[in-house]
Amino acid sequence: MADGERTAFVDLLRPIADPPVRPDLISLSASATAAASAAVDPPHGSRAEADRLGASLKELADADARIVFVGDPGRTDPRLALPGNAVRTAKYSFLTFIPRNLFEQFRRLAYVYFLAIAVLNQLPQLAVFGRGASVLPLAFVLLVTAVKDAYEDLRRHRSDRVENGRAAAVLDPAGSGQFRPHRWKDLRVGEVIKVLADESIPCDMVLLATSDPTGVAYVQTINLDGESNLKTRYAKQETMSRLPSITAGSVTTLIRCETPNRNIYGFHANLEVDGKRVSLGASNIILRGCELKNTAWAIGVAVYTGNETKVMLNSSGATSKRSRLETHMNRETLLLSAILITLCSAVSICNGIWLAIHRDELELSQYFRKRDYSGGDEKYYNYYGIAMQVFFIFLMAVIVFQIMIPISLYISMELVRLGQAYFMIRDKNLYDESSNSRFQCRALNINEDLGQIRYVFSDKTGTLTENKMVFQCATIRGIDYSEGKDPSPNGSDVYYVVVGDQFWRPKMLVKTDPKLVRLLRSEGETQEGKHARDFFLALAACNTIVPLIVGTPDPKQKLIDYQGESPDEQALVYAAAAYGYVLIERTSGHIVIDVLGDRQRFNVLGLHEFDSIVTGREYLDIIRATETNLHAYSSMGLRTLVVGMRELSRNDFEEWHSDYEKASTALYGRGNSLRAVASRVENNLQILGASGIEDKLQQGVPEAIESLRQAGIRVWVLTGDKQETAISIGYSCKLLTSEMTHIVINSNSEASCRKSLEDAIAISSKFVAISSRAQNTITGTGSVRVPLALIIDGTSLVHILETELEEKLFKIATVCDVVLCCRVAPLQKAGIVALIKKRTEDMTLAIGDGANDVSMIQMADVGIGISGQEGRQAVMASDFAMGQFRFLVPLLLVHGHWNYQRIAYMILYNFYRNAVFVFIMFWYVLYTAYTLTTAITEWSSVLYSVLYTALPTVVVGILDKDLSRRTLLKYPKLYGTGQREERYNLKLFILTMMDAIWQSLVVFFIPYLAYRDTTVDGSSLGDLWTLAVVTLVNIHLAMDVFRWNWITHLSIWGSIAVAVMCVILIDSIWSLPGYWAIYHIMKTGLFWLCLLGIFAAGMIPRFTMKALTEYFMPNDIQISRELEKFGNFNYFTGTEISMSTFSETHPGFIR
Amino acid sequence: MNNVNGSVVGSSSGSGDGSAPRRNSKRPKYSRFTQQELPACKPILTPKWVISVFTLIGVVFVPIGIASLMASNDVVEIVDRYDNVCVPPNMTNDKVAYIQNNETDKSCRRTLEVPKHMSQPIYVYYQLDNFYQNHRRYVKSRNDAQLRKHSQENETSGCDPEKRTKDGAPIVPCGLIAWSLFNDTYIFAIGNKNLTVNKKGISWKSDRDHKFGKDVLPKNFQSGPLIGGGKLDDTKPLSEQEDLIVWMRTAALPTFRKLYGRIEQDLNAGDVITVTLENNYNTYSFSGKKKLVLSTSSWLGGKNDFLGIAYLAVGGLCFFLAVAFTIVYLVKPRKLGDPSYLSWNRNPAGH
Repeated sequence: MADGERTAFVDLLRPIADPPVRPDLISLSASATAAASAAVDPPHGSRAEADRLGASLKELADADARIVFVGDPGRTDPRLALPGNAVRTAKYSFLTFIPRNLFEQFRRLAYVYFLAIAVLNQLPQLAVFGRGASVLPLAFVLLVTAVKDAYEDLRRHRSDRVENGRAAAVLDPAGSGQFRPHRWKDLRVGEVIKVLADESIPCDMVLLATSDPTGVAYVQTINLDGESNLKTRYAKQETMSRLPSITAGSVTTLIRCETPNRNIYGFHANLEVDGKRVSLGASNIILRGCELKNTAWAIGVAVYTGNETKVMLNSSGATSKRSRLETHMNRETLLLSAILITLCSAVSICNGIWLAIHRDELELSQYFRKRDYSGGDEKYYNYYGIAMQVFFIFLMAVIVFQIMIPISLYISMELVRLGQAYFMIRDKNLYDESSNSRFQCRALNINEDLGQIRYVFSDKTGTLTENKMVFQCATIRGIDYSEGKDPSPNGSDVYYVVVGDQFWRPKMLVKTDPKLVRLLRSEGETQEGKHARDFFLALAACNTIVPLIVGTPDPKQKLIDYQGESPDEQALVYAAAAYGYVLIERTSGHIVIDVLGDRQRFNVLGLHEFDSIVTGREYLDIIRATETNLHAYSSMGLRTLVVGMRELSRNDFEEWHSDYEKASTALYGRGNSLRAVASRVENNLQILGASGIEDKLQQGVPEAIESLRQAGIRVWVLTGDKQETAISIGYSCKLLTSEMTHIVINSNSEASCRKSLEDAIAISSKFVAISSRAQNTITGTGSVRVPLALIIDGTSLVHILETELEEKLFKIATVCDVVLCCRVAPLQKAGIVALIKKRTEDMTLAIGDGANDVSMIQMADVGIGISGQEGRQAVMASDFAMGQFRFLVPLLLVHGHWNYQRIAYMILYNFYRNAVFVFIMFWYVLYTAYTLTTAITEWSSVLYSVLYTALPTVVVGILDKDLSRRTLLKYPKLYGTGQREERYNLKLFILTMMDAIWQSLVVFFIPYLAYRDTTVDGSSLGDLWTLAVVTLVNIHLAMDVFRWNWITHLSIWGSIAVAVMCVILIDSIWSLPGYWAIYHIMKTGLFWLCLLGIFAAGMIPRFTMKALTEYFMPNDIQISRELEKFGNFNYFTGTEISMSTFSETHPGFIR
Repeated sequence: MNNVNGSVVGSSSGSGDGSAPRRNSKRPKYSRFTQQELPACKPILTPKWVISVFTLIGVVFVPIGIASLMASNDVVEIVDRYDNVCVPPNMTNDKVAYIQNNETDKSCRRTLEVPKHMSQPIYVYYQLDNFYQNHRRYVKSRNDAQLRKHSQENETSGCDPEKRTKDGAPIVPCGLIAWSLFNDTYIFAIGNKNLTVNKKGISWKSDRDHKFGKDVLPKNFQSGPLIGGGKLDDTKPLSEQEDLIVWMRTAALPTFRKLYGRIEQDLNAGDVITVTLENNYNTYSFSGKKKLVLSTSSWLGGKNDFLGIAYLAVGGLCFFLAVAFTIVYLVKPRKLGDPSYLSWNRNPAGH
């Protein structure tokens, strides 16, 4: 344990138990000069997260453990049929493709409806359409989807093949000690594999040895969780030292590990070498998908292979949510079904009555001819009695009127959402420069929900703040050192380490307090100086940071890059370095710290996870002084951490050491026994001081919150931070303002919670009463009533959530303008989201960046992940991901508004469009003795919603903008349109349907009356109706388009042209009855006059209504559109292009 | 969804493309298209526009309406219903028996007076009421392949129940439509002088050339136990059987006219036309009406006031709306694009 460089020995503890999310800070115990630190500020409730994950991980029992014989795959657990290492991400094989793909596709209800109709049509009695026309659209859609799926699957097959065919060096089981290349797919559990630097790891394996004499290996897990920093993994000394005998097969080594699971941050196992048991944790396993870095080689034994590896278990699909609009749409679809059934019943009943009245005429009337005489038996031809006739007519009516339910809408909606996603992803205002990340649409079916959000639940760290910790100040033994100056990169005050002829300096510069620097460098052994030195030594030593030496253009200068899992730790180590305590080397067994030029080596003996329960023994005045400073720091919004130390006597140390060894190799309850050991040593600590770390607010956060608030969105902040920090951040991001009345609930029993809630309700109702009186007197913009802010902590929430007090909390929380929840655990975050989601119809959005936000992101209607410093778990769970909090404003106010407006209009329009067509057919049916003849050719009725009118609605659904980005950002209140569901509701649906009926009447009856008693034939009139309805619905769309660009023009007028061409084409087929009809009718003036009359008469009601409402009952959108066009402000004179940049147009958003 | 799924898998098990160069920026390339800033026109219904649109429609529609009415007025039309009057009085109780009896004399004489000068060509139509030529059973009962080519004469699918004879020989032309061919005939005379009715070119040329074959001769036609209508000349190819071609262009509506022929000479007001007709066609079994129509035509077709009235109505309504909107705009003006109309500016209490 003793080392050569220094007489004193330092024992640090390194992590044993799987750090579930991460050990945010490590508390440590030490003897001699080492320090023990205790964090006071638990960042983002990671402890609770740890418990949650820990609980889900059952302690390892032999029964369900997997036993792996190292180097002997043959003996490895014959009980289990272990899969090879071949992975299979492809869904289909050559044989299963057709059945499985069809099965997948027919899980959509719409396709089943399609199929049912097509099948009905195949019955000879019901054959309304020809075989081709009835099956073709479905077949087409199925084929296109199948080809798309097949292509995707082919790519997956190909990548699987590449992946499975890669080579890995596997130990020859014969005992030669040689490594031979094997293909990845042939690897088996128990085989010993060697991985070289920069190679990918082929399967999950336990490290046996690495090129580093101490057994350290560094891996990059970017493919696994997106984190780019290096993680340290360790091979056990027991296996390192016996490597030759293990590889030669002379020592039986076996590993007992848990069965495969998805937890990439946990691993429970133990290793038996020569009968000696050693425990293994997450730090001893390297996972498939990672890459070995900065390590020449590593040898490990495969424990999980193929689809059992953690990365494969985690590669599940995206969450599927259904948008609110779609739910509403389904309600209207039901209504439409009712209309459809009514129409069908009406036709079939009328048909029955007609048959009954004309019963005696059916034998002879030429057009009915009841009997077939050709067989000689005069049997009925296609006549089964009135009752059956009615039944058949009903089914036929369903087939003919099927497009009342706009099946094509489902397909066009998917296309539109895809298009909207394309534009959101490409929007350069949603691109984050610092992390080089674009906006990501992970869920494709809730785009329009972004336009209806009422509640935003935000995480704090990493979401509102950058999660880039910067050391700001420290208090040491009660003395405050916060007079730091910003360092210049080449200034004299920057601390360098001289190594040979090279200068090494920390990559990140930290401001230093000159007083403290002087104190540290003073020669005299003052009490103050000693404490300060201990303080910084503790900061430099007690962590899991790995220093990496990076070259610079100047060969003499190197940078020290501190890589670690916790940004707080990084900040502390950079701070220590700036004060001259530079961590320059870390292996699994020791660290080297350059203390003001003096190189010192410390052995790491053990490491306890961070825990906030630590007892101290201290003079009251120092505690008081430290506490005062702590309060000052946290009210400045700094994250605080108290550092303490304890010297251990040799006896104490021996006792702790044996306990620690025992606990860390325990198979059962390892976590608990380690905690017990830690609490035994982490007491009676001597306070060294405390640090203050600033977590900078992200750019544009206050402005974004202000915009959201104006848009009528309530922003709730849920954080794991302590109350003071949360409040100060609340102030700095303008969430809280000085005129707000704060209601604080900090209770630790149910009774006191109840009381504070009741008080709060009383206060709030009083304020609401005052403000309602005040409304009459005060005028002007902005909120009038006294704003209320609710601040509640996690302890109170424990007593409130999921009890009857929830109701009270809901009541008070919805009255308050701002809600701030501090010290909340991850599950509580989800609970708070559920509190709102369960009780209101309002849409909720959760935004967060860390693993602790996952539950909340999944709970909310819309989950947004910030792809920031904290890995990718939040992103993986989210529906949308972006780089910065402030992007929420353009995302919701601009894209959300547009998407909502577009999809809402598109649904209504599709309903209307198909209804018009169905009603026209229905009117005609009334003149065909209710026999469902269609004048419109079957091809036209199939192509109507697929080709003649499909493209414009998709184009408008993707491209139309009611207002420009600039206006929407200037008037956030315009967002209310979506919140109040103004663009899609039952009233609009009914109005639209009435319009549809009117237009169908016009389209049908103008030609009917004009061509009554003429020689006109069915096909010609059918063509007239086809062209009239296609043009009319396109004109209807054209009238509602807000913005005409060339694509809109092309699609609308192009569609009409395509329809005309198709009608002409269909009438050029000699085998159809309508041959040449269109040419004949187009030559007549009557045809054109009918068309013109239809357009005018069909559109007048809608046009008049539009003109009236837009002028006399203008909504905000309308006014703003006029402002955009006619407003004489400088603001609006710029061209579209110059408006584009968010930060430019909004001076407020420049920092 | 598949997409998303695929990419997740791809990046996690892929060959390290995620760790690949971070240097190349993912910054979206600027283009007006991707930023949704294509130059666009933003129409707004200003009062000027609304009034102009209504006025324009009025200005266009009223003259068209007047022109249509005038055209319709110029058309002289003589309509004579003869189905009831052409049944001998003793047979009125059982018209069906009368019409089905092949022995009785079906000829019937009608006199029509020309009310106004009719200039040639004068179209002769027969009009059937209540005959559902668009009935589903009926309209499908034909085979266009058979009509077109001699070699396809066995192609009778879809022709039920008039497909084949009892001994299985195909009927050409098959199907209910052909079977029910109208077969009343008309002979016109003024005084003693016969009026020639030109029956050439009454059908569409496209039908004669491409739809009805020049080598297709009628075969086994109208040979079943139930006679539906007219018989065809077995020596004339279908392309020359113009009555059939006209008949087989099925009418859109249950009341329809079909062209019988053209009288290519002017008729003067007061002329009395004697029509000698053969009342062969059975409409009595379904109480259908038969009418003989003589009509001139205008640029708009036959006599029909509807379109003229409709245009006048729409045009008039638009003028009215134009005036109404003008008045309302004057009485209750609103400045366009005035931010004070924004809802949150109107009632400052807000929500």
